[in-house]
Amino acid sequence: MLTLKLAFRNILGAGLRTWLNVVSLSFAFVTIIFLQGMYHAMNDQAEQATIDALYGGGQYWQKDYDPFDPLSLTDAHSAIPAELEPLVRANEATPILIRQATIYPQGRFRTVLLKGIDPNQRIVSIPSSFLHAESGTIPALIGTRMAKSTGLRKGDALTVQWRDVHGTFDARDVTIVEVFKTSVQEIDQEQLWIPLDQLQAITRMPNEATVVVLSKSPLTAGQGARPSTVSAGWEFKDLNFLLRDIHELVRTKNVGGAIMYSILLFLAMLAIFDTQVLSIWRRKKEIGTLMALGMTRTNVIGLFTLEGGCHAVMAAVVGALYGIPLLGYLASTGIALPSAADSIGFAIGERIFPIYSAGLIAGTTILVSIVTTIVSFLPSRRIADLKPTDALRGKLS
Amino acid sequence: MPDSTLITTANLDKIYPLGLTMLKALDQINLSVTNGEFVGLVGPSGSGKTTLLNIIGSLDEPTNGSATVLGHSIKSLSHKEAAQLRNRHIGFIFQTFNLLPVYTVFENVEFPLLLQGVNSFRRHKLVMDALEWVGLADRAESKPAQLSGGESQRVAIARAIVKKPEILLADEPTANLDAANSHHIMKTMMQLNKELRTTFIFATHDEKVIAYLRRKITLVDGKIERDEDMTVKRVVPQ
Repeated sequence: MLTLKLAFRNILGAGLRTWLNVVSLSFAFVTIIFLQGMYHAMNDQAEQATIDALYGGGQYWQKDYDPFDPLSLTDAHSAIPAELEPLVRANEATPILIRQATIYPQGRFRTVLLKGIDPNQRIVSIPSSFLHAESGTIPALIGTRMAKSTGLRKGDALTVQWRDVHGTFDARDVTIVEVFKTSVQEIDQEQLWIPLDQLQAITRMPNEATVVVLSKSPLTAGQGARPSTVSAGWEFKDLNFLLRDIHELVRTKNVGGAIMYSILLFLAMLAIFDTQVLSIWRRKKEIGTLMALGMTRTNVIGLFTLEGGCHAVMAAVVGALYGIPLLGYLASTGIALPSAADSIGFAIGERIFPIYSAGLIAGTTILVSIVTTIVSFLPSRRIADLKPTDALRGKLS
Repeated sequence: MPDSTLITTANLDKIYPLGLTMLKALDQINLSVTNGEFVGLVGPSGSGKTTLLNIIGSLDEPTNGSATVLGHSIKSLSHKEAAQLRNRHIGFIFQTFNLLPVYTVFENVEFPLLLQGVNSFRRHKLVMDALEWVGLADRAESKPAQLSGGESQRVAIARAIVKKPEILLADEPTANLDAANSHHIMKTMMQLNKELRTTFIFATHDEKVIAYLRRKITLVDGKIERDEDMTVKRVVPQ
């Protein structure tokens, strides 16, 4: 208690030097919490956007379907399982048929995924209602990325070529009825969405699908309506499975985050370490005096270590003074992201709303406090080798 | 109070390594100091005055021989025991005052009592008494940077006497002071010696200080050259 009292007396007495350290350490506190909040928000937003746009409450996959193997698509279709029909009718599930196709925008050759979706579905956030449009040709939806890479715009017509169930080539014109904006690249890049019934018809695959996406509600309602078994040839993929790539990406990005976190922490700790080293250098005579007055070396080491540690406590208070309103404001209004952020392979919206959990704030505070104390202790250990007589002469032994 | 021996040294040597050679700072020092003495260790620079003072103050230890202070053999004290001896029984006054710069005058004087765990009420009384003694009660809230050299040294004296130590060690206490302040400081210390029976040991080569001594031990090249009783021939400057 005495050491704590003396430590606070010393660091408050040090005036500007203390406040410079406290303010710079508080910047580290606030920046670390801000960046971690951004990472949490990016992860959360990416996961949520992908669920909303693509995965719903889980998917049934036709057994041959492998999203990473385009060749699997030839056989990845079969009749929608009877057990799922009631869900589809109740708009609790939506089937999607996926085929490979070739398009010729502006005379160039492009391989795309031709995806059939029910225009009336409300399971995923694809604006499929635009597919009701009467254009005389097959109506098609594309995302903004696809539009940009192909030069296609709303109202453009283009030729699509595909193979039907027997492997026979066929071709038709489609009209782009809408270009939709999405943060989820998996429903945008190299994809053309057309009405499910029309895709089933032109490929001669009536009532067939490649995947059936469940709505989120059956899962949130417990066992709900999801059948425990379905026809052979279909497999249920839950969100843990479907999101594993995102989780893997998040883990990779967390490594980057940790590096940034470590750099910030390192810079802050360098300031503390520097202060401690300078303190011991400048206050040698004071150390000698403290020993002459009856403090043991251990007491003096404790005092200097605590002085360093007190910086973290004061920085947490100062950081809270301006950090809480600042971070609170950013969490409520969000942060606009530059359009370049779209290309990082992550489903991020135009604004990101940082998430600051109590665990993040408490964890950061505790971590920074512990590291600060350790960093303060390291140079203070030199005092153990200091002879009081040398210290009184202002000499380091 | 009957006279009693507070400090004895026997065949005390202090040897420092100096590059590849060894420097004998103290050579066969034998002395004893009794309660209430006003002693000066006198000699030129490098004669071993400060080294002897540091050993008596348990800030250093002898290489050979023994030093016994208040019944404690300095050589056998642990760091903690030496710190306790300094905190409870020995006061220090330094040439450069060594006040803690971020503390006020009151806090500087209070410091040894904080280490002793004296309660707040008693601490306040003892500190103010000590400051009254040195005539600085009205500067209690000043910072050391706001004090003159003489005032700073008086604060250092107050800090040294606040715990009522048996021994007070002063290393060149007037070296940074002008003549008027030096006499003022010495008179204050003589008064303390008289009223509190505190034993004073000075390391000095300042004639102004020497004039006040009741016993003068002259050191030359680490050896005691003379040990004189000054009471018979002392003339205190006015």
